[in-house]
Amino acid sequence: MAAQVRVLRQRIRSAKSMKKITKAMELVATSRIAKAQARVAASLPYAQAITGVLTALASNASVDHPLLTARPQVRRAGVLLITSDRGLAGGYSSNAIKTAESLMARLREDGKTPVLYVIGRKGVTYYRFRNRPIEASWTGFSEQPTFTDARTVGDTLIKAFTHGADDGEDHSGPDGVQGVDELHIVYTEFKSLMTQAPTTRIIGPMQVEERPRSEAAPGLLPAYEFEPEAEALLDALLPKYINTRIYAALLESAASESAARRRAMKSATDNAEEMIQKYTRQMNSARQAGITQEISEIVGGVNALAAAGSEV
Amino acid sequence: MASQLQVEVVAVEEKVWSGEAEMLVARTTEGELGVLPGHAPLLGQLAEPSQVRVKLGGGEEITYDVDGGFLSITDGA
Repeated sequence: MAAQVRVLRQRIRSAKSMKKITKAMELVATSRIAKAQARVAASLPYAQAITGVLTALASNASVDHPLLTARPQVRRAGVLLITSDRGLAGGYSSNAIKTAESLMARLREDGKTPVLYVIGRKGVTYYRFRNRPIEASWTGFSEQPTFTDARTVGDTLIKAFTHGADDGEDHSGPDGVQGVDELHIVYTEFKSLMTQAPTTRIIGPMQVEERPRSEAAPGLLPAYEFEPEAEALLDALLPKYINTRIYAALLESAASESAARRRAMKSATDNAEEMIQKYTRQMNSARQAGITQEISEIVGGVNALAAAGSEV
Repeated sequence: MASQLQVEVVAVEEKVWSGEAEMLVARTTEGELGVLPGHAPLLGQLAEPSQVRVKLGGGEEITYDVDGGFLSITDGA
């Protein structure tokens, strides 16, 4: 009986220390969500500025930029998958991977070869373990991405996309590098603290997202002057725009990751609490049972002694 | 016509500065240009690296080092 109490006490102790850890992780994740959201908000002015400029450019100049035009035949399609570096975030990474998988299945059905680019250690290990090829991967910044990270990723993708322009049926074209003809991105959209949804977007060929113009400037866009020429300007700005889009996706994914981790850690904390309660009840009743048994043994002994004494 | 320029300096990761200024000097890939209130709408790519100078009223001046930015001037703002 005493042994049982000791075992239960041990279990309570370990559940309590687990609860402390998960609680701490929950708090860290909560503060990270707020930070990530602030960074999303801070990146908006630039995103709005560059979107505005590109919208103006696209409507002023009749342009035929390789990053904007769809290829007549798509053979290889690049897929950029954003996952987390660390686990303990519920279904965050596996949901993103699942979405990427279904996207790649769809691409294969259309006769395209998916080419995988992965961000985050979880995604990388998933594909390494299954021995599936990854074209390129980046790790170490999933929770706090910087623009430099986004640019590194973006430069690789843009290079692959421009290389893809001259690819033949099964050869890599005059430039000797097999590129891609399409670029997709799979990231996790931050809808609210409770819901994050994995989303796929196409980023190549580019579609400049036209935002509804503000009330202050309705009607036609002004006739802009360009320095340098519109084509050269577009050349310079489109890669920046793609990088901005990737950066936005990274930031949003980071916010989603923290939110997913917070939720996972909250339920872990709740479970630990429940376990502690259950074990405490069991321990108390075991202790009670022990005491009751001891009392009844003593009473029994006394009775036996009294009975023996009266017979003499 | 506004007598002051509404200037916003935005970096990729955050808004750096915004407010009213008398003049803005920047260097695009074509050459240096100064912007006074009432300038025609213009889109430009900034030379990299270069400096953007924002001249405030009263002789004050803020200078930013930029690396591969762009410049957008719109009407009436």
